[in-house]
Amino acid sequence: MTDTLTPVLTANWGDERAWTLPAYAATGGYDALDVALGMAPEDVQTMVKDSGLRGRGGAGFPTGVKWGFLPPPDPENPKPRYLVVNADESEPGTCKDIPLMMASPHTLVEGVIISSYAIRAERAFIYVRGEVLHVVRRLRAAVREAYEAGHLGTNIHGSGYDLELVVHAGAGAYICGEETALLDSLEGRRGQPRLRPPFPAVAGLYASPTVINNAESIASVPAIVKNGADWFAGMGTEKSAGVGIFSLSGHVKRPGQYEAPLGITLRTLIDLAGGIREGHELKFWTPGGSSTPLFTQEHLDVTLDFEGVAAAGSMLGTRALQIFDDSVCVVRAVLRWTEFYKHESCGKCTPCREGTWWLVQVLERLEKGQGSPEDLDLLLDQCDNILGRSFCALGDGATSPITSSIQYFRDEYLAHLEQGGCPFDAKKSTAWAEAVQ
Amino acid sequence: MSLAPETFDELREIAARYPQARSGLLPMLHLVQSVEGRVTPEGIQACADVLGLTPAEVSGVATFYTMYKRHPVGTHHVGVCTNTLCAVMGGDEIFACLREKLEVGNDETTADGSITLEHIECNAACDYAPVVMVNWEFFDNQTPESASQLVDDLREGREVVASRGARITSWREAERVLAGFEDGLVDEGPAAGSASRVGLELARERGWAAPGDAHGSSDLPEELPEAVEVADTRRAESETIAEEASDD
Ligand SMILES: Cc1cc2nc3c(=O)[nH]c(=O)nc-3n(C[C@H](O)[C@H](O)[C@H](O)COP(=O)(O)O)c2cc1C
Ligand code: SF4
Ligand code: FES
Repeated sequence: MTDTLTPVLTANWGDERAWTLPAYAATGGYDALDVALGMAPEDVQTMVKDSGLRGRGGAGFPTGVKWGFLPPPDPENPKPRYLVVNADESEPGTCKDIPLMMASPHTLVEGVIISSYAIRAERAFIYVRGEVLHVVRRLRAAVREAYEAGHLGTNIHGSGYDLELVVHAGAGAYICGEETALLDSLEGRRGQPRLRPPFPAVAGLYASPTVINNAESIASVPAIVKNGADWFAGMGTEKSAGVGIFSLSGHVKRPGQYEAPLGITLRTLIDLAGGIREGHELKFWTPGGSSTPLFTQEHLDVTLDFEGVAAAGSMLGTRALQIFDDSVCVVRAVLRWTEFYKHESCGKCTPCREGTWWLVQVLERLEKGQGSPEDLDLLLDQCDNILGRSFCALGDGATSPITSSIQYFRDEYLAHLEQGGCPFDAKKSTAWAEAVQ
Repeated sequence: MSLAPETFDELREIAARYPQARSGLLPMLHLVQSVEGRVTPEGIQACADVLGLTPAEVSGVATFYTMYKRHPVGTHHVGVCTNTLCAVMGGDEIFACLREKLEVGNDETTADGSITLEHIECNAACDYAPVVMVNWEFFDNQTPESASQLVDDLREGREVVASRGARITSWREAERVLAGFEDGLVDEGPAAGSASRVGLELARERGWAAPGDAHGSSDLPEELPEAVEVADTRRAESETIAEEASDD
């Protein structure tokens, strides 16, 4: 039986100067790189595949399988291969990659080197959102230290393998977390999603074979290489292997990062976090960020792995557990998320560009208590026209909070209409509100 | 006024980091902002010249991203997260308080040019809600009072240190770091804040760990050499499995 919490990625976050190379090396950092360089690249790939690691960026695609989609090198037409790390972390509620890269950027850098070796890439990029200055500093310094120590550059550790790594700061656009939009952005363009196929594995960055993985996915690789595929596969659940960082925020006593095997429940996590804020009860929560359908009290025992959450009607996403207690108006929460999607819609396709605008119109009306009960059907109808008809998953995600909140809290929407306004007092939800008895 | 030759050199230096120069455009625009205080027509022209693009092409990119500003930004950029989680935890109140105090609207700059106030989207720090960013440095667990004090300190030029980050310089200096030039402040601030470590500390307290981690107490080898041995056998086993799999 694995322990309830299993710090792997977070294990060194409390260490003195954890972000520096000496501190990282003192915990055995860059040992995994030697192990990997002593193996054939294909064997490293196989190891990651066997570990059962699934993408930590939201969709949960098996990482080793994704790497295997790269076409074999074509001697007639040799094209460089690229590894691109998605460190754009902007999905509302998601707050794991940023602390990881601030505390231990070398974990990611080592992961990049091993993963690039496994897929035979000669260049890699870390695309980090721009709005996190100190994380950008730490990443750049880590890359510089890694070059100085010979972990990057030419003939790494005498293996004959060469790798260049560039840290690239974005400029504020949620859509750039979508992998093909990220590639356009990294090519110096507006960040708009690309039509697929061709998939990035075939024609990604500069139309060359490219692997894009989330920062936590890549940061998980050194531990797998060091401890073995079985070690990782032995944690978590059958189809959702390993450990992951669960991010609790909102109305719990001790919000923060809890690294645990996949399959833990929110009941356990809330318990570890000291419970819900004094004098209140859990009302609704997101299992994997704002783009994943809301859950309620009745979902406290859902196993937080890809299968468990999907079976209960939502998605594990990024394990961004935003916890809202009974002081919070769900209509206000949903309106704010919807304004976010409207603002972040890249404008490429009509269902999302126009649809998110309309959703905000209707929700604003309802929140002010000015609409009619038919507006709820109108909202659902609009969601129907966006879901599955949008060019990328941003549009789909925009509908999640709306449809799920109407499913669970229809009466609360109606109460706004009956009262001619919001029945909640926003002051009672703040971090500094007095506890109610 | 055209940009200084040194700026052109740095723009070229950024472009040279990439296999294809155009990839440098986003960091180049960050550099333009650090030099010019915003994205100016001259800055756009300079990027276009360096990359062989038209100013319209550069402009089309610049307008897509919210961090690029057409209007002059103040000495400091203060961003209040008003995405749902922070808003509910008090971000809305903080934003309203600062707007009133500074007498500005969203994305506007105070009359004395000291502060630009903006409400921002989730900044990946929800476990520290409500969050305020100054020049994209984290100020965690804010209240209307603390945020109000923060902007007072900034305007008075007192030293201000981020909760998880360095001492505050200026928005322009921050933009230079985003363009890829180190400022020597990387070693300031902690590795992680308390919320980032909460799970780790609880695990240590209770003797929980991932198998094979020397920090754990349960079902683990007592001594490190043994742990290494276990890890090695596991590796060997997984390699065997890998071989078997590829034999099929
Ligand atoms: C609107 C949108 C935003 C996204 N943002 C991120 C992000 O910030 N970070 C991330 O890793 N993946 C994000 N993704 C998912 C990526 O498209 C992609 O699936 C992921 O980076 C793949 O990495 P993984 O297989 O390691 O999970 C986003 C997807 C969409 C549709
Ligand atoms: S769904 Fe939205 S974000 Fe995605 S391509 Fe269409 S407009 Fe852009
Ligand atoms: S909602 Fe404010 S940091 Fe995430």
